[in-house]
Amino acid sequence: MNGERRVLVACGTAIATATVVAEKVKEIAKEAGIPVKVVQCKAAEVRGRIATFDPHVIVATTPVPKDLGIPVFNGVPFLSGVGMDALKAQIIEALKKA
Amino acid sequence: MKATQKQAETRQPWVREDLVIVPMRAKSAADAIAQLGARLQTGGFVKDTWTQATIEREKTFATGLPTPEVGVAIPHADVEHVLQQAIAVGVLEKPVEFGEMGNPDSTVPVRIVCALAVARSELLVTLLQQLVEMFQSPGVLSQIAGARSPAEIVEIFDHHIQIE
Repeated sequence: MNGERRVLVACGTAIATATVVAEKVKEIAKEAGIPVKVVQCKAAEVRGRIATFDPHVIVATTPVPKDLGIPVFNGVPFLSGVGMDALKAQIIEALKKA
Repeated sequence: MKATQKQAETRQPWVREDLVIVPMRAKSAADAIAQLGARLQTGGFVKDTWTQATIEREKTFATGLPTPEVGVAIPHADVEHVLQQAIAVGVLEKPVEFGEMGNPDSTVPVRIVCALAVARSELLVTLLQQLVEMFQSPGVLSQIAGARSPAEIVEIFDHHIQIE
């Protein structure tokens, strides 16, 4: 693994839930010692952002297309607290593999 | 004048007793949203478009959260439908199904409905962060679900939601 990992966080409006999830992703990446750059967008903008930002991982709180060719994680456990530890582990693993 | 207004706005509690329905009986998520929307409208917190806008938004961006023990939903509309910040809270006797956030094929049985009236989007971020912390604090949701009076609900929210 080398260099910064890029994470795209998508939600309905790119404001509320995406911000909460983006903060969590930064936090867990820091704990794992992985440098990350996190960008937020609306679900409808995901394809466009893939072209410009080229993320290694996508975390979404709203449905996004499944055929993106990039690992996509449902970020809702960061909001509900249920399944959060498993999600953290999966994201970290995906970031390490990227 | 502007500073005074701002101060008044930030000090005002998010939940008031007249915005709490406990126990609440609702036939559906839309019914629960409509009942809470009516309280928000009577209190002068939202425009008469809020309820319909929130019900519509729920179809695209569902807000049911599969939180531990007790399901929660945080229905809300865009800022243009809001006049003043507040949260109306309904504690349902029997759960109603809300769509699950991020998972359109699934629903969550919800007993606690927090209808959010937020007039500025950056405030929604802060509020959501505090709500998420609150939902994840052990026992808090059971405490809300077990509350018997609006005053108890107001106290719990006041304790957890502190936005300066």
